[in-house]
Amino acid sequence: MLEIRGLDVHYGQAHVLQGVTLDVGAQPLAVIGRNGMGKTTLCQTVMGMVAASGGEVRFEGRPLVGLAPNKVAGHGIALVPQGRRTFPSLTVHEHMILASRGRRGGWTIERIYETFPRLAERRKNGGTQLSGGEQQMLAISRALLANPRLVIMDEPSEGLAPVIVDHLVEVLRRLPSEGMGLLLVEQNLGVATDVCPEVAIMVNGRIATRMPSATLLADDAAQRRYLGVSAGAHH
Amino acid sequence: MSDSRPGGGHGGIWMTGGLAATVVLNGLTLAALYFIVASGFSLIFGLMRTVNMAHGSLYMLGAYVGYAVFEPLYDQDLWYAWHVGILAGIASAAAFGVLMQVSLLGWMQGQELRQALVTIGVSIIVADQLLAFFGGTSRQFFAPDSIFGSTTLPEIGRYPTFRLVQIGIAVGVGVALWLLLNKTRLGLMIRAGVDDRQMLAATGVNVPLVSLAVFALGAGLAGLGGIIGSTAQPLVQGVDVRFLLTSLVVVIVGGMGSIAGTAIGAILVGLAEQVGQAMFPTYSVILTFLIMSAVLALRPQGILGRPA
Repeated sequence: MLEIRGLDVHYGQAHVLQGVTLDVGAQPLAVIGRNGMGKTTLCQTVMGMVAASGGEVRFEGRPLVGLAPNKVAGHGIALVPQGRRTFPSLTVHEHMILASRGRRGGWTIERIYETFPRLAERRKNGGTQLSGGEQQMLAISRALLANPRLVIMDEPSEGLAPVIVDHLVEVLRRLPSEGMGLLLVEQNLGVATDVCPEVAIMVNGRIATRMPSATLLADDAAQRRYLGVSAGAHH
Repeated sequence: MSDSRPGGGHGGIWMTGGLAATVVLNGLTLAALYFIVASGFSLIFGLMRTVNMAHGSLYMLGAYVGYAVFEPLYDQDLWYAWHVGILAGIASAAAFGVLMQVSLLGWMQGQELRQALVTIGVSIIVADQLLAFFGGTSRQFFAPDSIFGSTTLPEIGRYPTFRLVQIGIAVGVGVALWLLLNKTRLGLMIRAGVDDRQMLAATGVNVPLVSLAVFALGAGLAGLGGIIGSTAQPLVQGVDVRFLLTSLVVVIVGGMGSIAGTAIGAILVGLAEQVGQAMFPTYSVILTFLIMSAVLALRPQGILGRPA
């Protein structure tokens, strides 16, 4: 579905992505790694928000490098960005109207409100009056309403209360059955491995390795080496 | 504005009630013109962070092109001369604004200083070209008879009808802008773009196209202001600088990018100019800048502006 080949990104002198090569198929794929390894840059580069200095990105065979973000979105990719980036000037419902302009499909405003009843309650509230969890639900809804074929989520569990994270995991696990691909960037190993059968590990702007989630969960040494944490605490 | 209308007996020690009412009404009619022009300036800045230093040129360009269309029609006594002049003024300013955005400013999105300098350059070129084409004699539009004469008001007496129409047009512009920003999809996009252009693009919106629409709208408002302003008072060389400076002061006082703030700023500046001229004509300009200094000292983002 999404093929990334030798992708390079420079911020001035800094070589942030160093020849990233990664394939995302129909199965959800998690990308994990410590802070500053280039995960967010990878998401933004695929989306066209950051210019690549080399390499290529193809989605369903079509090249994406050099396209403006709205063109990338038009090809069927949606982004849930790090930090949510909902629009403070728009109410919840206005976000829905703005986001539901893309292709028709399974996700409608009514269905979003059924899935996230909290958003229905707050439909007239402005973007700044929402809690972190509500903003995250809004950012996810904004992506789903475009009815994309691939959703890229950049640390959706960041800063959320555990009970909200559980709800999030439940929603994300349902996406593959909708025919929606998922590239999930996470620092929370529990969330990543709960949602995705496979994880890719990013170290210093490169994909260091890729393995089934179960393998990583069973390998404490790898967790410490790549993430500096152990998943033992989760579950 | 009923609170600013003096009641029968308390006109103050320095003005009679009627004079005070006239000064306030003059201030409000001036504020109406400032609002029309500055709202376009504020709109462009709000979405694109472009400080368009050629905004006064758009005013002047709209006025002269509008006049060039108006004059031959007026000479033939056609009743719609003024209306067509307005349309020509809006269209020419909007078209020039779009041309500026496409050919110059779009290439330097986000480079505010460069855009400011380039638009200053454009304003100098436009001013000289208009001088070359139209010469230095002053011109004035004549509004249709139905809105041209005078209206008798209580306290004030006879007052130019067109000045009152000017307030009506400004209110109409304000309401239309509010509806556009709050009730239309384009308005949603504009407001979302003010918050986060990049994320708006990632949501699938063609942001450069929205920018173009906003630039056309903002520039068109400058053109509309040009015709309205040149119907109320003569059109002369140099109005570009005057209306650029006024627009800057209005949006600094009211808050960049806020339509309601622009209205408040326009009313404060319009009243300050007229009250200043009535009370201490020599130093009247000081009052405007006192207001601006006070706002900058106490609330640098403007009265309704958002902190940067």
